[in-house]
Amino acid sequence: MNEVDLNETSVRDFNGQLHALDEQSNALAWRALNPAGRHCLAVGLDAPCEVTIAGHAGYYCAGMNSQATVVVEGNAGVGCAENMMSGHVHVKGDVSQSAGATAHGGLLVVDGNASARCGISMKGIDIVVKGSIGPMSAFMAQAGRLVVLGDAGDALGDSIYEAQIFVRGDVKGLGADCVEKVMRDEHALALRELLKAANVDDSISPEEFRRFGSSRSLYNFHVDNAGAY
Amino acid sequence: MCGIVGLFLKNSKYESQLGALMADMLSEMSDRGPDSAGFAIYGGTGEGLKMTLRGENLMDIAQELSLHLGETVTCKLHGSHGVLSLPEGTAEEVRAWLAENHPDTVVTGAGKRIELYKEVGLPADVASAFGLAEMSGTHGIGHTRMATESRVTTDGAHPFSTGPDQCLVHNGSLSNHASLRRVLKHQGVKIETENDSEVAAGYLTWKMHDGASLAEALKAGLDDLDGFFTFVVGTEDGFAVLRDPISCKPAVMAETDDYVAFASEYRALAGLPGVEDAHVFEPEPSRVYAWSHVN
Repeated sequence: MNEVDLNETSVRDFNGQLHALDEQSNALAWRALNPAGRHCLAVGLDAPCEVTIAGHAGYYCAGMNSQATVVVEGNAGVGCAENMMSGHVHVKGDVSQSAGATAHGGLLVVDGNASARCGISMKGIDIVVKGSIGPMSAFMAQAGRLVVLGDAGDALGDSIYEAQIFVRGDVKGLGADCVEKVMRDEHALALRELLKAANVDDSISPEEFRRFGSSRSLYNFHVDNAGAY
Repeated sequence: MCGIVGLFLKNSKYESQLGALMADMLSEMSDRGPDSAGFAIYGGTGEGLKMTLRGENLMDIAQELSLHLGETVTCKLHGSHGVLSLPEGTAEEVRAWLAENHPDTVVTGAGKRIELYKEVGLPADVASAFGLAEMSGTHGIGHTRMATESRVTTDGAHPFSTGPDQCLVHNGSLSNHASLRRVLKHQGVKIETENDSEVAAGYLTWKMHDGASLAEALKAGLDDLDGFFTFVVGTEDGFAVLRDPISCKPAVMAETDDYVAFASEYRALAGLPGVEDAHVFEPEPSRVYAWSHVN
């Protein structure tokens, strides 16, 4: 285990050490002490390493991640795991706005709540939030899955494309072109796998969730829909 | 971009450290606002009237005011500012007298407990020039500015105070401040600068003057203020927080048994005592949060 004290090592140096890793590296387990809400911790990783942030992280933590596992033992600020390509990001506290934004792949698990715009423009990432999510989440979400064990805020899935949303609690309101869909066996099966991957308690069953997605009515322009754009 | 901080103490434990804690918070928000900085500190017994002035020869002005009012007026200097201790109920008279006799002297804030300081420069330099770290009090709010809507001047720095013991700091920008400024001027609200945030402060003062509570005034602002904002509003007894309906600008709060703290980013809270065990949360959009020593 490599320990880095961020009171002594700059974020640039810390990230530089992580960027130097590849799958051949001996030391793939890292722990960053005293993060104190610093921005851009463990961004741009591209090696199968495991990085633990021992406290609260600032903006863009684990952004652009490939392959790596990043665990935040606290809250994470705006843009956590934004544009992730692959790998696993686990936040044990809450995440701020735009968690998982534009991300193409990988799994983001949030033990607490996510605030506004969770999964905005997501392009293939799986996001599992064990608490609730804020308004305008999954805005223009193109692919991937957003799973919420708690409630969802207003304007969920506004202008959504082919991403899938599963919510166990209440939904305050749906955005334009987002509709509730039937939860078929194949969806429940896939959701079960995803909940398992996110270490969600076995007592929570896929049948407790409702599924939301695009009604696809805005895909082709129709003058009657002009007001919805 | 701008940075805002606020610290409301629930008990007397950290009162003597309020300024020191706020100085660190402000300094941590330098990246968000290196142009200028300011803060309001609420302290003292609430007896009499405190008026913060910016200008030259403030000690002489205090002496002249003593003669004019026939009562002792003292002045405590803090850098380019000074705090006058005046008899209660003399605010309007003193403002009029200053306008006539010392038109270059600026009143930054007045009330029973408010002291308001602001200056151009890096937040840490501004805090040190005023001796913020040595100040004590029950609550305070601060701002680090990256100018967007008006020039980098001391007058354009936050907080803005447009009513007794009231002040406002703002992160964001308002689009309808020109038209709203005209409405407010028509209503008799004095707006001194071309700054959009001062219009927001004036708007709240106007609403409260018409009988609205601070919470009601802020709620009304959701309809009348067009633009992006996270506001923290200081009052004699506490502060309130409001974010625009799409929460465009960041905000994070930490609450313990001893304090409620607000900042644009968590790193400004990271140095607070006991913050590792605090309840850390993000205020929701369009929801008024308020803390007061009175309730």
